[in-house]
Amino acid sequence: MPEQVIFGMEVFLNGLMAGVLYALVALGFVLIYKASGIFNYAQGVMALFSAMTLVGMMNGQVPFSHLINAVFGTDIHHFGWHLPALIGILLTMAIMVLLAWLVQKIIFKHLVNQEPIILFMATIGLAYFMEGFGDLMWGGEIKKLDVGIPQGINLWIDEATYNIFDYGFFIDNLDIFATIVAAILVLALVAFSQYTKQGRAMRAVADDHQAALSVGVSLNFIWVMVWSLAGFVALVAGIMWGTKSGVQFSLSLIALKALPVLMLGGFTSIPGAIVGGLIIGVGEKMFEFLVGPLIGGATENWFAYVLALLFLVFRPQGLFGEKIIERV
Amino acid sequence: MLYREAGDFKTTYKEDNQTFPIKFDRYRYYFVLIVAFLIIPFWINDYWVNAIFLPFLIYSIAAIGLNILVGYCGQVSLGTGGFMAVGAYAVYKLMTAFPDVSIMIHVVLAGAITACVGVLFGLPSLRIKGFYLAVATLAAQFFLVWIFNRVPWFYNYSASGQINAPERTFFGVPVTGANADSWATYLFCLIILTVCGIVARNLTRGSIGRKWMAIRDMDIAAEIIGVNPLSAKLSAFAVSSFFIGISGALFFGVYLGAVEVGEAFGINKSFLVLFMIIIGGLGSIFGSFAGAAFLVLLPVLLKNLFVAGLGWQPDLATHLEFMIVGGLIILFLVVEPHGIAQLWRLAKEKLRLWPFPY
Repeated sequence: MPEQVIFGMEVFLNGLMAGVLYALVALGFVLIYKASGIFNYAQGVMALFSAMTLVGMMNGQVPFSHLINAVFGTDIHHFGWHLPALIGILLTMAIMVLLAWLVQKIIFKHLVNQEPIILFMATIGLAYFMEGFGDLMWGGEIKKLDVGIPQGINLWIDEATYNIFDYGFFIDNLDIFATIVAAILVLALVAFSQYTKQGRAMRAVADDHQAALSVGVSLNFIWVMVWSLAGFVALVAGIMWGTKSGVQFSLSLIALKALPVLMLGGFTSIPGAIVGGLIIGVGEKMFEFLVGPLIGGATENWFAYVLALLFLVFRPQGLFGEKIIERV
Repeated sequence: MLYREAGDFKTTYKEDNQTFPIKFDRYRYYFVLIVAFLIIPFWINDYWVNAIFLPFLIYSIAAIGLNILVGYCGQVSLGTGGFMAVGAYAVYKLMTAFPDVSIMIHVVLAGAITACVGVLFGLPSLRIKGFYLAVATLAAQFFLVWIFNRVPWFYNYSASGQINAPERTFFGVPVTGANADSWATYLFCLIILTVCGIVARNLTRGSIGRKWMAIRDMDIAAEIIGVNPLSAKLSAFAVSSFFIGISGALFFGVYLGAVEVGEAFGINKSFLVLFMIIIGGLGSIFGSFAGAAFLVLLPVLLKNLFVAGLGWQPDLATHLEFMIVGGLIILFLVVEPHGIAQLWRLAKEKLRLWPFPY
């Protein structure tokens, strides 16, 4: 087999893995969008914030230490303990739930019945606020996140492919782990929304706010729950990306990458988020591999958006989205 | 007492239709123009021009442009940074290719080129709406920045990949390059801003502006009463990109002088201008000015307060600035979705009745 094809296969596989990570972020968007019609731009920043909180708590960092030091002239940094990963994750989850409650209480309660675009802009504001808040709380430097996920080249795949093609594929253990986690997460979310009482209530709210209200579903509770769920998905995504490339500002930019994923898959569909993520992941890696060298490289920055843009012109609701019907 | 329609008799249609129907407003407007053109240039120094006036003037142009698209026509765009980059690179290519032509012509041409690019990226708006469109404009943002980074022709094959503004003159006075005096750069931007402001104001209250607003309020209904969505949307994209292109050209040529595209015209620039019009007021020319002034002044104030005043580290102040800006956006959307302009409008309504409200 020619080398180019084998390389191409490796790139394809890596693209699939990257796509899973995009899909993970996109999932959080879909959850909130379905239940409340809010397009949550802050999802990426939520991932960043949760990863930062996790790192900070595991290292026993004092929150706002820079600010406290600047105001009172003290010099405190750490409590001096190290939490195990599991407890850190649980505590972070608690904070994300608190955050969800606050967001609902302070912001979106007052914006009910506003136009979607106003809500969207409010989430941009929220994203900025949380970015500053997270940095202020835990410091703006790049942090290392290690919760014990296996990393590095997967030797088994390397060996197996070496025996077949004479060339070992480089697949990161972390990516495989992320794929498994994403699969479990999706199954869990689908099961939750199909078979539990709260999940059904969530779908009812997504379908029709007023009808749901009239049969006794508490909108407030559902929205807080949905934001918490999105916070949980953000935490998972934050852990994966944080382990992969360090907890840093660029983490919040993956939210932007999730947007074309959503447009491709359709805003309202969980399978759409997964398929869209895979298409974007594979597409941009393959494009970079095949066409990138001809036109100067680094096409990953824009390929996803342009693909989504072209796609939307032909199918405005995305692959799996509900058909947009306009009534006057 | 002074702020009254009473006693200000309009005897012609022209007077009746003027921009500032109230005498006090009119005088205030002339007063601002006189101060801006005849007093400030004699008084400012380099610090004031570079820290406050130039960014304010240039961002105001960009904000007016974006406000036409978002506030008047209802098409949300996140590609402002990319379009500003088009303006900057267009003016750079023109400046280096035709060194003898006046810089003013170059700036206007750069705006025209940006308008063409804007129309191109506005085409999908005929099919897709709302935040689907917002995401589609992100494609413009990333693609344009990438192309200016990767195609050497745009930066004249310079080794660093940067573009540097050479010295160009306007009526014999240098306004770009290292030798430009601060008053000259200030006046140059002010002239352009004034013209842009007047043009935008009159466009938005004329028939084309009404078409934009009809599309914004409900595009299907607008179509039924005879507004052509194709021409209305694309003209909004064109006019908006024209202004944004001009502001990009000034931002590069007059203000920064040297630009690295990813840094100067990244996605953050898009958000900054969007925030300006949200805080200032969607669908208001005055709001564009107010929002630009607010977001230019806020970081300067915070820096002076925290870094110079309290001796904090600059990065702490930056983080706090992020929080405050984000918080303000939310606050404005919750409390006053029409921004500073609406507060101003309310104040004027109150003033009209003052001191006898009933």
